[in-house]
Amino acid sequence: MELTTVWFILIAVLWVGYFCLEGFDFGVGMLLPVLAKNDTERRVLINTIGPVWDGNEVWLLVAGGATFAAFPEWYATLFSGFYLPLLLILLALIVRGLAFEYRAKRDDASWKRNWDLAIIIGSFVPALLWGVAFANILRGVPIDADLEYVGGFFNLLNPYALLGGATTLLLFLTHGAMFISLKTDGRIRIDAGRLAVRLGAAAALVTVLFLGWTQIKTGTVASAVAFALAAVALLTGLYAARLGREGWGFLGTFVAIALGVAGLFLGLFPDVMPTSLSDGVSLTTSNAAATHYTLTIMTVVAVIFTPLVLAYQAWSYWVFRKRIAVHHIPESTAVVSGA
Amino acid sequence: MDPTDIARWQFAITTVYHFLFVPVTIGLSAIVAGYETAWLRTGNERWLRLTKFFGKLFLINFAIGVVTGIVQEFQFGMNWSDYSRFVGDIFGAPLAVEGLLAFFLESTFLGLWIFGWDRLPAKLHAACIWLVHLGTLFSAYFILAANSWMQHPVGYEYNPDTGRAEMNDFAALLFNKVQLVTFPHVVLSAYMTGAAFVVGVAFWQLTRRAANDEDRTMYRKAVRTGAAIMLVSGLGVAISGDIQGKIMTDVQPMKMAAAEALYDTEAPAGFSIFTVGTLDGSEEKFSIKIPGLLSFLAEGDPDAEVVGINDLRQQYRQTYGTDPGASYYSPGDYTPVIPLTYWSFRLMIGLGLAAAAAAAWILLATRRQRTPGGRAILWTALVLPFLPLFANSFGWIFTEVGRQPWAVFGLMTTDRAVSPGVSTLEVLASLIAFTLLYGFLAVIEVRLMLTYIRRGADPIDHQPPTDDADEGDRPLAFAY
Repeated sequence: MELTTVWFILIAVLWVGYFCLEGFDFGVGMLLPVLAKNDTERRVLINTIGPVWDGNEVWLLVAGGATFAAFPEWYATLFSGFYLPLLLILLALIVRGLAFEYRAKRDDASWKRNWDLAIIIGSFVPALLWGVAFANILRGVPIDADLEYVGGFFNLLNPYALLGGATTLLLFLTHGAMFISLKTDGRIRIDAGRLAVRLGAAAALVTVLFLGWTQIKTGTVASAVAFALAAVALLTGLYAARLGREGWGFLGTFVAIALGVAGLFLGLFPDVMPTSLSDGVSLTTSNAAATHYTLTIMTVVAVIFTPLVLAYQAWSYWVFRKRIAVHHIPESTAVVSGA
Repeated sequence: MDPTDIARWQFAITTVYHFLFVPVTIGLSAIVAGYETAWLRTGNERWLRLTKFFGKLFLINFAIGVVTGIVQEFQFGMNWSDYSRFVGDIFGAPLAVEGLLAFFLESTFLGLWIFGWDRLPAKLHAACIWLVHLGTLFSAYFILAANSWMQHPVGYEYNPDTGRAEMNDFAALLFNKVQLVTFPHVVLSAYMTGAAFVVGVAFWQLTRRAANDEDRTMYRKAVRTGAAIMLVSGLGVAISGDIQGKIMTDVQPMKMAAAEALYDTEAPAGFSIFTVGTLDGSEEKFSIKIPGLLSFLAEGDPDAEVVGINDLRQQYRQTYGTDPGASYYSPGDYTPVIPLTYWSFRLMIGLGLAAAAAAAWILLATRRQRTPGGRAILWTALVLPFLPLFANSFGWIFTEVGRQPWAVFGLMTTDRAVSPGVSTLEVLASLIAFTLLYGFLAVIEVRLMLTYIRRGADPIDHQPPTDDADEGDRPLAFAY
């Protein structure tokens, strides 16, 4: 296999990892006002992802870095082209990340309320915009013969892309609810399980629409298989959740997101960023790629270290496998008044 | 304003800001790990209290470092897409490796450390914070390798067909001579910064009236370990910085000449401690000079010739042709902004030396169980954390401004590096958004930090586990 193909696959894997993992912590963040009725319950929700959200986010950083190294043209065109959506995502990730760490540092209602808002909005914005961004990549955007994006901001807001945004938003909400029902106990667990099924129904509808549309636009046989299996996984997960099988429910959304994203990349290949202009040039795995030498070095590094990373990250999930309930939340030891 | 200016301001603001938190993270993670290990070795609770106290402060600092770090990685593509295209083949690799080796390690094991107090065996728990520290070192190594390549490009070939620099020797990139001396310089400065933070905080707590005997002993230990780390690492910073200066004279002679605002070649060349000149730096009005010192800094010989800016301009023109960005940069061909280069160089050295001197004073004043009470030493301790911190900032301002007009020395000027497709409005919007948000977060961070510094180290809670609750029902040892 060509090394450029290997790296296309690896980058797809990184995005799959990112969406499967941070997808649920975005969901948990967005469900904060829905599933929690008081501060202790909000803390239950936040603590389900407390030890792991940062590690989840690193998948994004590595996907970005790997794109820079393996497909510099892709990185350059994508990041400079999707400027404002990326800016919004960055601002959202900044306040959200800080909120997890700072929220508990003061036992003060308005302090906590503000950080809760940061968590909710900071989870909502990327959950929506990642879908918009990916749909635009698949749809094709105006890229000229210099491989430069010339579309502006409003070009990115089209019905297909917005449907993509709705898809990631609803899938992550469902995924988050599944995660909460798996990781909590008591009333929240029951409510989250019910909510997962209801959200999941909406998510399934939108997902089928979006993936179907994608399949018609850019699909291949392989992407059709991936999309079909993603739909099966999602429906199976919802069914399992209905029966109260929380582990299987979460696995269902996890696999559905993984296969859905994989299908998007299968539909994209061998392009990485197709142009919508007749006289433009599409970015592909060959014209956007780094040299063979660089890809070889990177492959060696990835082969050695990726299994190690997967092992210790999985281990951290194992360490924090226990469900969290209201009575597990210690009393706040934070300072009460302002500085 | 043109988009290049705005993009440069944005890079300067976001990077200098990000790097206020990075050295504290690197230094403090090592010190907290050291305290936890000391607790395991001695069983003395004061080390555990220090671990938890400075661990909490470390996390307040770390959080901002992490979230502002994301911007750093995205910014190359957003604002500097032509740079990314030109260097991606060689510059992208260390960034990707940094993510894979460092960021996963830091984030995963920090999560385990924060939440793992009651779930991991004590030794494994301490190992987690050491691994976090190892992650910060990996991170520093790879990002500095990338930066060193911009200062002194090696291990690449320019490919005229693709119009970009392409890597042909990864080992050369990793073991760039600039990198080999920059890494210890930056990491030791970070140890100095983390240690200065510890000294400042602990000294203040030590001299508070409220502290009891046990607390005083504990804070004195913190002051003395911190001051000792400062002195040892400070020595390393000086030595590595000295070697760095000589390598810089070799690979970027203009930066050294600009650091001294040395227009005409001199042998021997003096080093001015203080100079008043015209604002554009073209003329010197008054200055205090140490004869031969610049010659020594640059070449290791007090009588050596140091080439001045005017001669270097001639040389650079012969090597690289007319500066393509000459009209864009003040004050002229191939020359960085002299006053900024000159003063940032001096402030870096001056603040670093002052920090080391203050550490020596504090170490001396706290020997044999003494608790100095004077105002002067208290103020010194309170100012101390900022000395190496800002020395770090000025060091980076010097090294980056001094490289101008180059983005990659000898290969690409900064005005060519900017994203051609991004509008002024977009860059301006993001500059304003980041500046406002960062400013706002700084206020929150500092207030929170002060609150927790003031609160001091908590006593250890010796509540025995109650018998009626089985293990799974006990509250978490730590929760957000």
